Amino acid sequence: MNILVCVKRVPAPGARINITSDGQQVDTAFLGFTVSPHEECAVEQAVQLIEKHGGDVTVLTLGPAEAEEQLRTAVSVGATKAVLVPIDTADWDPQKTAQAISKVISELETKNGKYDLVLFGNESADSCGYQVGVRAALKLERPIVNGAKGLEIENGVAVVRRESDAGVEIYKLKMPACVGIKEGINLPRYPTMKGRLASKKVAIDRSEATGDTGGLKLITLRRPPERASNTVILGNGPEAAPAVVDLLEELGVFK
Amino acid sequence: MTVLAVVEHDRGTMTSASLGVLTAARNLARQMNTKFEALTIGANADRLSETVANFGATTVHQAHNSMLTDFGPEAWGESIAQVVRKISPSVVIGTGTERGHEIIAQAAARLDLPAAMNCSEFDKDFNGSQPLKVVRTRWGGSLLEEAQLDAPIKLLTLANHVVEPQEELASTTPTISTTEVQLDESVRQSFVQDRVERVAGVTLATSPVVVSGGRGVGSAEAFAPLEELASLLNGVVGCSRAVTNNGWRNHTDQVGQTGTRIAPDIYIACGISGAIQHWVGAMASKNILAINTDAQANIVTKAGYAVIGDLHKVVPAISAEIRRRQNK
Repeated sequence: MNILVCVKRVPAPGARINITSDGQQVDTAFLGFTVSPHEECAVEQAVQLIEKHGGDVTVLTLGPAEAEEQLRTAVSVGATKAVLVPIDTADWDPQKTAQAISKVISELETKNGKYDLVLFGNESADSCGYQVGVRAALKLERPIVNGAKGLEIENGVAVVRRESDAGVEIYKLKMPACVGIKEGINLPRYPTMKGRLASKKVAIDRSEATGDTGGLKLITLRRPPERASNTVILGNGPEAAPAVVDLLEELGVFK
Repeated sequence: MTVLAVVEHDRGTMTSASLGVLTAARNLARQMNTKFEALTIGANADRLSETVANFGATTVHQAHNSMLTDFGPEAWGESIAQVVRKISPSVVIGTGTERGHEIIAQAAARLDLPAAMNCSEFDKDFNGSQPLKVVRTRWGGSLLEEAQLDAPIKLLTLANHVVEPQEELASTTPTISTTEVQLDESVRQSFVQDRVERVAGVTLATSPVVVSGGRGVGSAEAFAPLEELASLLNGVVGCSRAVTNNGWRNHTDQVGQTGTRIAPDIYIACGISGAIQHWVGAMASKNILAINTDAQANIVTKAGYAVIGDLHKVVPAISAEIRRRQNK
């Protein structure tokens, strides 16, 4: 089977997110970058599926030229092909992104045949838009279910498991289908030496990004007001235990 | 001009997130000096009209189709789109939940309109005709985005827990307006096909006490003292993303932006530095006790209480002290 996974390059912040002085972006001067967590799991899920059923995993990203790094990371853990859709800025709005991605996917399918599955992350870690996958799926005229915490192929049908307050919901989608993956569906593997070598050698295909600007426009980013810190230090080392248990008693969690 | 609230429900039971949406929609309609209406999807939700009326809606739109007996993101999104085309509201507000984001995204895609998810504030001067300025949360709430939604119909979801539900009866009984929505056979397959109900019990999301470990714990085995402390306090064990990434614990135990958001009476964070990813999942805790060797760790500076020291020594000492007092 052939699977395409859409991933996004996002900053990997530590304890504090800083913003550039123009308020338009996260200041990444001192940050590394990573594949957005849900999508990291989408790549792993795709690789597990082709290990079981055979086939290819193509990984695609719309992002700056540097996002090639994230494509190579995906190849190092088992993706077989990589497509970069380069843009001049860090981010496009969700409508424009979905339009561009679905166009590129259609072009790739004209050349190589339909992908049985197109996987997205449930939402990106940085912009949290919750909509690119849904919009792209509609343009590709195939079904999509988000929030997947399980994805298996049974008799040519994609079986999606999703968590709810009450338990687990099961969806069954005829392929070709799209699925929005959530972290926790699997534990992404670390690259092997062989994978690292493959990631250095893989040819990165490039496709042109085209799309119309959508109606959601960023004005500025800001940080929420910080809570004043006045931490009560209960003590140092094991000697602090009685003070801790006093606190637990006071809060009523231990009687 | 109308503000339309989309009610989220599960086979006829309204979710708590919907109550905040009804309240926010009513407040926004009042500010715009316009009508507040609500939409329920599926005949099994018709009975929710009474609850909706308690929040002051003047009209309740009921979307009907024989397929609408359970949740299906595409069918629900299409239902919203058809009602929106029929009544042309100024603003449509959905819940900031997994289902809410999904159905608003579906509706937006079908209507080819923009959508802003997880909004926490709206422009106080908005009257319906101009673009709508919103504040929406990013990075799970550790970053805010001021954005402008420029469209004839504004679609958005309300960040969960930001608006306190407030009932307010309308002066008249709401009008019921039924719409028979047309659903294509193709959306039938994306309905819930089957369910596995959860076994009742204390979960990470609901436990009043959570004892959590991070990278500092060091191994899967080293969680044993945390398990013991959690058990003495009738709580559960949680962990950070570093722990699940190392394979020490299952993702179901993960507290954080991409794990579970918790709000226990006390959160005991052991050997956790407190990166954004983790903090946004834990910040709603009523009390936080950090146990960490680093007095400058992010979690220590943000916690209400802290013990500076090695969790491998401190945690067993706390358990021993609890047992000593129990045996008195």
